[in-house]
Amino acid sequence: MNTAPTTAHNAKRLPRAGVAKRLVARIGDGPAVIGGIGNANFDLWAAGHRARNFYMLGSMGLAIPIGLGVALAQPDRRVFVLEGDGSLLMQLGCLSTVAARAPRNLSILLLDNGVFQITGSQPTPAEQSGTDLIAVARGCGLARAAWTADEAEFDRLIDLCLAEDGPHVVGLKLDDSPPERQTERDPPQLRDRFMRGMGAKRDRTLG
Amino acid sequence: MQTETRPWHAIVLEVFKANGIRLIPYVPDNVLKPLIAACHADPFFTAFPTAREEEAVGIVCGAWMAGMRGLCLMQTSGFATLPNALASLPCAFQIPALVMVSERGTLGEFNMGQAMVCRTMRPILDSLGMEHHTVSRLDECEFIVDRTIRQAFMTQSPAALILSPLLTGGKAAVRG
Repeated sequence: MNTAPTTAHNAKRLPRAGVAKRLVARIGDGPAVIGGIGNANFDLWAAGHRARNFYMLGSMGLAIPIGLGVALAQPDRRVFVLEGDGSLLMQLGCLSTVAARAPRNLSILLLDNGVFQITGSQPTPAEQSGTDLIAVARGCGLARAAWTADEAEFDRLIDLCLAEDGPHVVGLKLDDSPPERQTERDPPQLRDRFMRGMGAKRDRTLG
Repeated sequence: MQTETRPWHAIVLEVFKANGIRLIPYVPDNVLKPLIAACHADPFFTAFPTAREEEAVGIVCGAWMAGMRGLCLMQTSGFATLPNALASLPCAFQIPALVMVSERGTLGEFNMGQAMVCRTMRPILDSLGMEHHTVSRLDECEFIVDRTIRQAFMTQSPAALILSPLLTGGKAAVRG
């Protein structure tokens, strides 16, 4: 068995459509999942609706802070964040904030295709410079940050996120395929569904 | 009418508690120092610094959707980094994100950058359609802060509370 850690360079580029589906199939109904701006939440939407999904439609870079807030509010529930590399690059400081709070229940999935795919696949400055965002996460104090070699290791890392205390960061190199669908853009409804899924609106029933 | 004897930060702290606001992410400011210190000293609160004000907004939005109330502390220049985050997250999603801004850039400001950016704050709030109130008097502090917070939660709308140097003494008062 190869025990060398997976690096950004030798991580397999996974087909993007399969990642969110693989995640939600693995984690079951309990955990919250926050989808970052653009293709990250489109993937989550395309994977099929879950009551505890939140789809962030603007505020680029804030999926991880939102996930941190959810994780602090419900420390007994696992929280996963799907965030793109361009988005993380816009808000790198949040990695230090997460490391400083060290929420045991928070896992960040970095969807790294190296480009601003939704705007025409322009390369990010991180891609151009060879920035290793998982190394950055480790440098920020997130020791449990790792690249994913392939699908089998992805499953193993998700199991680790579920079984062991975090915060975890799972880096995924993605191919250049587009998302399968786009999220329905109805922010108050998306927020309301998420809150009911999270038990934050127990006392009112849907009309 | 009873004369208010508590300092502004003690009033604000008690209003936070009365409204169940526990989560206080902040980017620090000299004027806010006693309030930040008091939040850290009281186990009721989870207070911590963020790298940017946008993060703080994201955190309180996430926390509120999961059942925990929060409020972000910042100064004027930090507020000016927020329009996109406020417009596309709490405004669009109808989330009662609360921000409390220590007002720099007016009434004796020495930093031209602060003076310039201060002029953008209320026009930004107005153009976002965000409720905002400026607290300038000790005897109005409890009423304005409490009612603004309550309305924000009851109407699921973001709101801003601006702490004037008339209330806090401003930066000059804590310098030296």
